[in-house]
Amino acid sequence: MTARATPVQGKLLTPGVKLLLVLWALGTAAGLYRFTQGLGAATAMNDGYPWGIWIAVDVVIGTGLASGGYVLAFLVFILNRGRYHPLVRPALLTSLLGYAVAGVGVAFDLGRYWTMWRIPVSPGLWNHTSVLLEVALCMMAYVLVLFLELSPAWLEGLAAGRDPARARLAARWLPRAQKALPILVGAGLLLPTMHQSSLGALMMMAGLKLHPLWHTGFLPLYFLLTAFIMGFGVIYFESIFSSLAFGRPLEHRLLARLGRWVGVVILVFLVARFAVLGLEGKLGLTVSAGRLGFFFWAEVLILLAAAARFLGLGQEGRPDRALQAALLAMLGGTLYRLDVFLVAYDPGNGWIYFPSLAEILVTLGLIATETVVYVLLVRRFPILAGISPAGQPTVPVGLREGVTP
Amino acid sequence: MTLTRRGALQALGAAAAGAALATPAEARTPHRSAPDDLGLLYDATRCIGCRACVTSCREANGEPRDVTMMAGAPYDAPVDLNGHTLTVIKQWSDGTRDGFVKAQCMHCADPACASVCMMGALHKGPRGVVEYSVDRCVGCRNCQIACPFNVPKFQWTSAAPQIAKCELCRHRWAAGKGPACAEVCPRQAVIAGPRSELLAEAHRRLAATPQAYQGGVYGETEGGGTACLYLSPAGFGPLGLPPLGREPAPALVESVQHGIYQGFVAPVVLFGAFAVMAWKNRAAGQGEEP
Repeated sequence: MTARATPVQGKLLTPGVKLLLVLWALGTAAGLYRFTQGLGAATAMNDGYPWGIWIAVDVVIGTGLASGGYVLAFLVFILNRGRYHPLVRPALLTSLLGYAVAGVGVAFDLGRYWTMWRIPVSPGLWNHTSVLLEVALCMMAYVLVLFLELSPAWLEGLAAGRDPARARLAARWLPRAQKALPILVGAGLLLPTMHQSSLGALMMMAGLKLHPLWHTGFLPLYFLLTAFIMGFGVIYFESIFSSLAFGRPLEHRLLARLGRWVGVVILVFLVARFAVLGLEGKLGLTVSAGRLGFFFWAEVLILLAAAARFLGLGQEGRPDRALQAALLAMLGGTLYRLDVFLVAYDPGNGWIYFPSLAEILVTLGLIATETVVYVLLVRRFPILAGISPAGQPTVPVGLREGVTP
Repeated sequence: MTLTRRGALQALGAAAAGAALATPAEARTPHRSAPDDLGLLYDATRCIGCRACVTSCREANGEPRDVTMMAGAPYDAPVDLNGHTLTVIKQWSDGTRDGFVKAQCMHCADPACASVCMMGALHKGPRGVVEYSVDRCVGCRNCQIACPFNVPKFQWTSAAPQIAKCELCRHRWAAGKGPACAEVCPRQAVIAGPRSELLAEAHRRLAATPQAYQGGVYGETEGGGTACLYLSPAGFGPLGLPPLGREPAPALVESVQHGIYQGFVAPVVLFGAFAVMAWKNRAAGQGEEP
């Protein structure tokens, strides 16, 4: 048996949530401004920097941080590590919300947003060489897959509800959802493998406009690896955050064991980065690139620090060190992706870009909305692993390993 | 359990290796220029900066003037290509010499903008022209990221923005007219015609007065070849043309992506491997450790 997930319950309108709702309101106001006044008025984007933070942060970094579901599905179903199962549902939920935010961010960003619906329904028009098309289609499909992967949680939530008709319906569909799981997991692993790597391929086309320290044919590999790194970071962050915010037991031994994997993935990324720079004869640029060299070394050192902390978690996994490690991994991956999409991108001609207030408010509003919806859903649906009810005959694996007594 | 994991890694490895091996084999064939592709030849040694081309382009394409107030007076003076300016004359200087340079779409043989465009709003049309069809554009602006010449411009202030760029006046062909800019140039600094003829003319000028020029013909091979060609007295760096190699811009991305997604084999294999593994390890999905 499993460490059963249970709804957290409790009050919805906490002071924290109220603050987030203020951010939501500000973001909505900024969004209205964008849709009534146009992109030129609301944003700092220009013909030199046609992609700003709505793409670089909301989509590229946001879905990187939303890779927790991908990473855990890989650990549990491919590497057969059932002990991480209690982390799966919260990770899938943050992934679902993160990708949904990316979709909304794109709607804000597209100049002709009202034609967006045509992309998935016009196979006759699909340009097969377009990496962005692949990313768009994969991400849309993945949101659906994530929602379906979470269907046991939705159905269990309904089955435990007060409405008998809904409960009966849920009880009938639960076994079917369980049966379909391998197919869903397959899709849930394939789609991010494709579109996370393709996010890197997007910027390959920037050619000379992307600084040579970042421009390489290995961009897809780096984006796949940073998806793993950021996804791992978020799993840690989320576990620790949930245990603090909702008074849940912290699965710290579980996280300690997972640390080895994360440390190794980060080291693979760093070794690959230097090896490829060496092969391409660009190692000298790491010291001669000036301001951009600072960003390069910041990425490297942050990720190195993250790897050291993950590998040093030991058996017990002190939560403070785990949290540091997670934040460093998230920051390192975020910085790498920001560099590729904005910092190391230079169209020449004196173009500059720094996000406008409206852009920042929309992005903060989206993050706030995501957090509120997360809190709402874990309070009402069985997402987080709960405390085992008294007198349960078998001790669930996840609890045996994870619970602080 | 060991067997299962090994099997999984083997399957994944095979898929990855298949993808990796496919890359060199499937190196994409670049699109090449055809001799009768329509193009322009711009000769920076002849241009006097009169901007007649800018004005006639505006009129021919029905674009509004780009009016800026300077010292209290209005001027139609675009400083660069923009959402309503499809060609522009700019000043260049290399420290010792200066002159003018015309900018407009280069009409690449193998354009990056068309390669990235999701639904083919930007695409190659008859006579090699890179055409724009607004009905297929979602306004994602990937073309702006991709174009090595920073040519496609976005109408930032419009409620229904479009991408703006030169289409070699294709709307005038039916009336027997060519690009408006070349039509009005008083010095034949910009001429229009089939690319093969323009290239021959460029080499004729180079051979006639070799001392007047530096750097050959830009666009002959740069970025896989462009239909718009340039001659310069000072090389092409000062004129703001990027130092592109012979490879077309889409070559790297498309080789990598074609390699990985060739015939969609790797994704299908990978999906199968993932689904089978997920089925075998479904106990882990319930929280059980082998």
